[in-house]
Amino acid sequence: MSVFCDVPLSAPVAVFQLTQDFNNDPFPTKVNLGVGAYRTDDGQPWVLPVVKKVEKVIVHDDRLNHEYLPILGLPEFRAASSRLVLGDKSPAIMESRVGAVQCLGGTGALKIGAEFLRRYYNGNNNTKTPVYVSAPTWENHNAVFASAGFEDVRSYRYWDAAKRGLDMSGFLGDLESCPERSIFVLHACAHNPTGIDPTQEQWRQIARVMMRRQLFAFFDSAYQGFASGNLERDAWAVRHFVSAGFEVFCAQSFSKNFGLYNERVGNLTVVARDADSLRRLMSQMEKIARVTWSNPPSQGARVVALTLNSPQLFDEWKDNVKTMADRVLLMRAQLKAKLHALRTPGTWDHITQQIGMFSFTGLNPKQVEYLEKEKHVYLMASGRINMCGLTTKNIDYVAASIHEAVTVVQ
Amino acid sequence: MSVFSDVPQAPPVVVFKLTADFKDDGHPQKVNLGVGAYRTDDCQPWVLPVVKKVERLIVEDCGLNHEYLPILGLPEFRSAASKVALGEDSPAIKENRVGAVQALGGTGALRIGADFLRRWYNGTNNRATPVYVSAPTWENHNGVFTDAGFTDIRPYHYWDAAKRGLDLSGLLDDLEKAPEHSIFVLHACAHNPTGTDPTQEQWKKIAEIMKRRKLFVFFDSAYQGFASGSLDKDAWAIRYFASEGFELFIAQSFSKNFGLYNERVGNLTIVAKDSDNLSRTLSQMEKIVRTTWSNPPSQGARIVSKTLNSPELFAEWKGNVKTMADRVLLMRDQLKTKLLALGTPGTWDHITEQIGMFSFTGLNPKQVEYMIKEKHVYLMASGRINMCGLTTKNIDYVAQSIHEAVTTVQ
Repeated sequence: MSVFCDVPLSAPVAVFQLTQDFNNDPFPTKVNLGVGAYRTDDGQPWVLPVVKKVEKVIVHDDRLNHEYLPILGLPEFRAASSRLVLGDKSPAIMESRVGAVQCLGGTGALKIGAEFLRRYYNGNNNTKTPVYVSAPTWENHNAVFASAGFEDVRSYRYWDAAKRGLDMSGFLGDLESCPERSIFVLHACAHNPTGIDPTQEQWRQIARVMMRRQLFAFFDSAYQGFASGNLERDAWAVRHFVSAGFEVFCAQSFSKNFGLYNERVGNLTVVARDADSLRRLMSQMEKIARVTWSNPPSQGARVVALTLNSPQLFDEWKDNVKTMADRVLLMRAQLKAKLHALRTPGTWDHITQQIGMFSFTGLNPKQVEYLEKEKHVYLMASGRINMCGLTTKNIDYVAASIHEAVTVVQ
Repeated sequence: MSVFSDVPQAPPVVVFKLTADFKDDGHPQKVNLGVGAYRTDDCQPWVLPVVKKVERLIVEDCGLNHEYLPILGLPEFRSAASKVALGEDSPAIKENRVGAVQALGGTGALRIGADFLRRWYNGTNNRATPVYVSAPTWENHNGVFTDAGFTDIRPYHYWDAAKRGLDLSGLLDDLEKAPEHSIFVLHACAHNPTGTDPTQEQWKKIAEIMKRRKLFVFFDSAYQGFASGSLDKDAWAIRYFASEGFELFIAQSFSKNFGLYNERVGNLTIVAKDSDNLSRTLSQMEKIVRTTWSNPPSQGARIVSKTLNSPELFAEWKGNVKTMADRVLLMRDQLKTKLLALGTPGTWDHITEQIGMFSFTGLNPKQVEYMIKEKHVYLMASGRINMCGLTTKNIDYVAQSIHEAVTTVQ
């Protein structure tokens, strides 16, 4: 008799199941608009030219070895990453109250931040502090905070399905009525899955309420540069909160903007009120990292550090990022144009108003099922599509398929 | 006022503090016998030639990209790693009841295994299941299992300070007295920190009791190949337990035997009674991984996988491993010889009887302090030395220093 006989089978992660179904589908014009990774116009993964270049530099550098990194990670990576999101001239950095933990992608940064907050925020080991995530949000947010020990993960209103935009009054209402010191997970830009971001004025309002009600700001920044093509613009919200005096956590991912998905490059930037608090905080972060992965992987961090710290490579990288962002913007423009030309029922402005990799099309689950089964176009049950899955070669087919789904299925 | 104002300062991890003190020391003859990483006879880190070769192959391979690995990791890495531990002809593998989770070094493998056991072993979420670790053991074992939620971590007798060897009767007694279903963390070979392993006969006795008393076997295998120079020899205990029908976990690290410390290459091998239990277990492992690091880093796993799966590279790697193991054995031999020649009080047979990277010298804390302060020879307060820190150039000085410490300080 197995000691594992009572272990239940867990359901597969939806987005990966979708890709698997897509892979198993032999239909010649199938399209995968599911998992969030960039694709070229040929529907291929793209290793950024600057990444390829830097990988070669690394492999030929005989001064490098494979000795353990410090627990908190590669120092030049951590510093450059924090500078990237907060700005080179960030007063908080100059005041020595910014720290960072190199982590395993955005997920790892969220995890370490969550583990820390559960232990040391709002009391000691206060598992009851409410954690608010947007409705909807990336499907892993809830699980990361729950597995870190938080018992009360709630949603704040965000997506207004009727107007296909931000439910600002609902959002502000939740900020006003939640318990003080609640933790709020905010998407720095390119909200996943809706693609709808607050405007700068809306962010200012959000910040004012959060400051007054002593709410904790935990930013998830997975698309800096990738959203608008502009690094500063995509970091505006985070920088605003810091300049408004917040202490914040910012989980940064370099999976998308460096295309380094599988090297797990992430950074948890921590902004504290003063250097002493920061020091104590970082010492506890070390303890958490030590019992989770001991110290982080080197390869991806080296690639990012070398790139960010070299003016020439940094420029080249910004260019590569703009290439990706521009293709996405082009696909957005073209999809909307084609749906308009087809006179597909409904409004489609949201396709170009939304930003980043994802679009919440507004398609309902039945229409999504139709697209998958009848048209072999794969997307999330929520109606979320990955714009990167669109190419000049398949966009007509996708537009026509959406048109069919919307007119045939209600 | 900072929300972090009550966060206490955590003490630094001892072994890294030791290395930091060593770095700050200006003494020309200083020696670092602390942290566990291999050093050449020039006291330099060593990137294995086969690793350098494979890294070049990887960077030149245009067929590779950076797309996310599956949650459980690179399939060819996982299967090759499990095969290395269990053997080419492993019946368990042939019977499809062996699975694996690519993890972040040995630490990550222990962590995922511990997280799983706390959730699903011996009931559901049974935090009270006792977890036994050897006295002494790697300092992070306790932290990892505690952080995974276990509330009852206990030592089992292991090191006999008086006879400088294994306290077998104490160990067997603890096995007899432990509550049924307790989890035991066993060192597969090259016990850290004592270097003292059970003999094959002793392992058989241990296994007999563990089977009878339904104790769970969790192997920590960080030195396969590195200990004796032979992969098969170092895996004897693991393979014996597998052949005896145990279900078990093996946390494998490729940090030392591949010298890939900073790429975090590890594997949690799972041996279950049958493939059905295995697949349910793996599905739950996926859930845990998803909320910890989402999916693992590619670089190190690719290197190990390419190497293990190519007969030529595999042979080359075994040669590199033997080089390291042989140098350690030489240093053991020479240190004992020199201490005997100096007539240093005490017995020193344990230096050559112990195996692997570490030796428990038997020096007491006062003698250790003398070594550090007066002789600038850095070692752990427990008396543990890293044999890799010894070279033909410093071994006379170290032997002399030990002699002084033992004769001057009691």
